[in-house]
Amino acid sequence: MSYFGDIYKGIKTLLTGMSVTGKYFLTSRKGAITQQYPDNKETLKMFERFRGEVVMPHDENNEHRCTGCQKCELACPNGSIEIIWDRQIDPESGKKKKMIDKHIYHLGMCTMCGLCIEACPTDAIVWAQNFENSVYDRSYLTKVLNQPNSKLKAGVED
Amino acid sequence: MNISLNITKTITELLSGFMPEGAANIGAMVTIALIYLAIFAVAGLYLVLLERKVAAWFQLRLGPNRVGPWGLLQTMADALKLVSKELTGTVKADKFLYNLAPYFVIVSSLMALAVFPFTKEFQAFDINIGIFFLIAISSIGVIGILLGGWASNNKFALIGAMRSGVQTISYELSVGLSLLTMVLLTGTLQLSEIVEVQKNGWLIVQGHIPAIIAFMIYMIAGTAETNRAPFDMVEAESELGAGFHTEYSGMKFAYFFLAEFINMFIIAAIATTVFFGGWLSPFGITESIPWLGVFWFIGKTFLLVFLMMWFRWTFPRLRVDQLLTLEWKYLLPLNLLNIILMAVIVWLNLTIQF
Repeated sequence: MSYFGDIYKGIKTLLTGMSVTGKYFLTSRKGAITQQYPDNKETLKMFERFRGEVVMPHDENNEHRCTGCQKCELACPNGSIEIIWDRQIDPESGKKKKMIDKHIYHLGMCTMCGLCIEACPTDAIVWAQNFENSVYDRSYLTKVLNQPNSKLKAGVED
Repeated sequence: MNISLNITKTITELLSGFMPEGAANIGAMVTIALIYLAIFAVAGLYLVLLERKVAAWFQLRLGPNRVGPWGLLQTMADALKLVSKELTGTVKADKFLYNLAPYFVIVSSLMALAVFPFTKEFQAFDINIGIFFLIAISSIGVIGILLGGWASNNKFALIGAMRSGVQTISYELSVGLSLLTMVLLTGTLQLSEIVEVQKNGWLIVQGHIPAIIAFMIYMIAGTAETNRAPFDMVEAESELGAGFHTEYSGMKFAYFFLAEFINMFIIAAIATTVFFGGWLSPFGITESIPWLGVFWFIGKTFLLVFLMMWFRWTFPRLRVDQLLTLEWKYLLPLNLLNIILMAVIVWLNLTIQF
């Protein structure tokens, strides 16, 4: 008699579903996932995986990890990254070396796909978690990621 | 507390002090109608708020909490917004029917409220065919939906309305038959007498197995009657825009919306009266204070409303063919079997009485 079997199974599965949502209902007081955004601006912490914008971290000596290899520029599907580079004489070794002048990032064109960050061999660029990116003029969205007078951290290229 | 709870009689007597009898009768009717209208318009708004809060809690959200304390004034603000909005319409709509449809829906759902005994004697209209009246009235609402869908001259609205016709005609049967199962036990259609019968134990206890089956069928069919998810083929946001009320805006839309929630209240109130003893307290603990019955009635009703909300936020939606399969292949045959079972139980006196 699969007819009554079906009814039994149907009721059983419906009750299973209701017990799952019922548990959520009872625990919702503690576990509400809603962020009451403008109110909790001070305490709001975005998750690690959130893709806000691409940044280049600098350490306390104003040193970054970008070697100017342009792999991020090549990886970017819509040309959001432009690298202006130059061959300069490295003061330590005295040889001519490729160095970045400006790492230009167009936030307004970025689709947050993350291919540049995957492509970077030296982890020079990472995701930042900020999201309040609105500005009054779109020229503000073009950002230079390396700070002025910054230089490559020693040992990154080795 | 010496207030007479029989409101119709009280108001008629009050008015006949300074009016001729005929005018007093009409005056009492109008007064009661206005009181009911005001109470249930506000109650409907708060049901909307409850729905949104319950939905939020099921989904681990917070729900409306900005307007007023804990968001209590949210739906009031929504209603004010809807009142202030423009009443738009389509050029090719059948204007008369288009404007008539929302009133059919809201009037039929408000009419059903008249017969509920909220507590002993607190009943606007104690008609002796109460259950029959309720079944009849609850199917008038669908005319409003059909009219709204047809007169809008919009294909989505028309599909929604036709689905509503299919759904309501099918599930009427189950609602009627499951209530009929309980009528076998009570032997009366009058709602106040049905509650009297339950002084020996609520009907869901008296009728045990067939009563529980009837209750389950009633709740499924009742949810379908109110066109709520998981049976929301009529609105079907994902397929039909907004279904039958696609072309309605402002207050006319609000009437449809309010009617849906009042219908939900009505379905729960019928279940309360027929299965869970209406205004009777559990084990008769407050039997000496009849006005407390209102709280028991409302409490039980809201538990059942919560159950319907629980259904809505748990179950996936049905397709039209699955909807009809459920009714015609499962609920209807089971219901007929259940009536026989109940008849046998009543015949052999196997009911549980305290």
